[in-house]
Amino acid sequence: MTTYLQETVKTRFPAAVLETSAFRGDETVVIKKEALKEVAAFLKDELGFDLLMDLTAVDYLPREPRFELVCHFYSTRHNYRLRLKCPVGADDAKVDSLTPLWAGANWFEREVYDMFGLKFEGHPDLRRLLMYDGFEGHPLRKDYPLKKRQPRIPHRD
Amino acid sequence: MQMTKTELPKNWSLENLEDGRLVLNMGPSHPAMHGIVRVLLTVDGERVSDADVEIGYLHRGFEKTCENVTYNQCVPYTDRLNYVSPFINNVGFALAVEKLMGIETPVRTQYIRVIMSEISRITDHLTCIGANAMELSAFTVYFYLINAREALYKLGDSAAGGRITPAYTRVGGLTRDLPPDFKKDAAEAFKLVRKNLADSDKLLTRNRIFYDRLHNTGHISKEDAISLSFTGPALRSTGVPLDVRKATPYLVYDRFDFDIPVGSNGDNYDRYLVRLEEIQQSMRIVEQALAQLPDGPINHPDFNVSLPPKEEVYGNIEALMAHFKLTFEGVKPPKGEVYQAVEGGNGEVGFYIVSDGTGRPWRLRVRPPSFALTGGLAKMIKGGYIADIVATFGQINMIGGELER
Amino acid sequence: MGLETLFGHSYLTTRLDEAVNWARKYSFFNYPFVTACCGMEFMSTFASTYDIARFGAEYPRFSPRQADVLFVVGTVNEKLAPVLKRVYDQMCEPKWVVSFGVCASSGGFYDNYATVQGIDKIIPVDIYIPGCPPRPEAVLDALIKLQAKVSKESVLDRKYK
Repeated sequence: MTTYLQETVKTRFPAAVLETSAFRGDETVVIKKEALKEVAAFLKDELGFDLLMDLTAVDYLPREPRFELVCHFYSTRHNYRLRLKCPVGADDAKVDSLTPLWAGANWFEREVYDMFGLKFEGHPDLRRLLMYDGFEGHPLRKDYPLKKRQPRIPHRD
Repeated sequence: MQMTKTELPKNWSLENLEDGRLVLNMGPSHPAMHGIVRVLLTVDGERVSDADVEIGYLHRGFEKTCENVTYNQCVPYTDRLNYVSPFINNVGFALAVEKLMGIETPVRTQYIRVIMSEISRITDHLTCIGANAMELSAFTVYFYLINAREALYKLGDSAAGGRITPAYTRVGGLTRDLPPDFKKDAAEAFKLVRKNLADSDKLLTRNRIFYDRLHNTGHISKEDAISLSFTGPALRSTGVPLDVRKATPYLVYDRFDFDIPVGSNGDNYDRYLVRLEEIQQSMRIVEQALAQLPDGPINHPDFNVSLPPKEEVYGNIEALMAHFKLTFEGVKPPKGEVYQAVEGGNGEVGFYIVSDGTGRPWRLRVRPPSFALTGGLAKMIKGGYIADIVATFGQINMIGGELER
Repeated sequence: MGLETLFGHSYLTTRLDEAVNWARKYSFFNYPFVTACCGMEFMSTFASTYDIARFGAEYPRFSPRQADVLFVVGTVNEKLAPVLKRVYDQMCEPKWVVSFGVCASSGGFYDNYATVQGIDKIIPVDIYIPGCPPRPEAVLDALIKLQAKVSKESVLDRKYK
């Protein structure tokens, strides 16, 4: 059963929407990564999703495409929530940045770059946020071992 | 001694500064900023002309660690996210897993979760106002409010067993029920909180110095706040009446009568007033909840969700097997993903869980409210004095544990 | 402190030891290097209910040059390690280090890519306070133990160049 929001997005972008679902009351729309900026602009300007609640990624390692970018939107005027996902392959780990539309996306995208290695095109200042520079690798990827340490200064004994 | 280099923001350079400007480092270990955040400032005299906030000094690998432990073992890690209001994180996590599993806890559990969440919210706001007052040299207010906070810690300790890190919820219920004289203790604690709060109010709210330091500093407009993903008291101080407890009520919040204080100016003074009033409203909620508290069980009856009682474990083979499986493998939610939002002390705390059907989460993401607030800090301090950074940083209540997980 | 070391161990230095140690142990100037949740118990210890002022240690000195006890409160991760080392190096002798909480003592239950497993991998530590977070009474007990440790020192221990 699809709801009004998902139907609207599907009718407007028939080629970009890969699937829609609703699980436990959360509505999700999965789109192709090339259409991310258009769909996000449509959500903000015409459907009224003015607050970008969260922007993160998930690594589904054995599956191809490996990563999935997940955005949660909230509308302060209408009190709706929507989740937007787009699969991103490991070999072409680049997505459009949402910073021109929502200023809060700046730090969320920096964190995704730091933890997963996804690059955002159009981001004003893409640097590591949580780890120090000099750190090699992206910790939240499934192939980064939990206990692999990279000391920043030499440890005693 | 080895010098470690840090990346500067892309459009900064130390050589091409305009006349008289200086790049200053308000370093990670700073007396007037409670928390370890580094702010690189380009100052023109005392005015900040550009700022870059660097975080990451408390990154403890929460999200990756939680992918390697069972769901109930994640609960102590969630305590240490927003460590001034730990019950709220525990409740949010438990609600997210329960939403994923599609189960509901008994009514008494929901009431107790509301009571403990609101007590946590009060300790969060008391710590924020107290620490901020101390940084602005109002030491007495700090002592009064921390004293009030001690009474609440004692209350939480009697219920959950821990002052700051209680780990009170489990998936499907709670670890233990409230002690028998909780209502009496709560009434006494609230008497002390109200008295100390009234004293602090008299000392601060109409104090010329405090007002001048907080009024019109750290100002942000409504549109900018929404664009920067602000939630919580910082957003409510700009005039947007958004509170998850009223917008999408969870637990039993729809049964209580409480108000949401909303500011108008979007500066630090409004945030202070919003917090002050929220403490009063939280006490109101707890009193109503204690009056309406029903009797009953506190854990979900299904043995695949909560640990069976000991009499069953030693008597009955299904309960024994369930106990064994739950302890070693954890609760097993179905495959899928959920996002559950609760109202934390700083804003909306969102838990996004992706489950692959096993007892360990595939991905556990926490949407930290102070992340968006600290991301917007650079915008709020530009153009102000260096001294205003202290007031602004204190009023956005950045908590390192949740900012950097 | 340099002249009395000429005399070596003698009656003069033992009386001097007692006087100097008495002054030092009852007037600790602490540098609170507060990072995480243990900071809340630190705030409780320094507030009025579990008053640390009765031990003379209440006033924090926020410059390492003026402090003698470094309280490392909370988790130290790899990004913060050089900062901690720098602060420790800037402190003048005599200096002591108190590792407050299990995260500072041994890494706590954060055994992963980001956390230093105990600050004694970076700087030498005098007193370890276990607890997650330790109760304020444990902190006061640790302070008393530190006072006992300081009273056993001698002015000849730290030779200043």
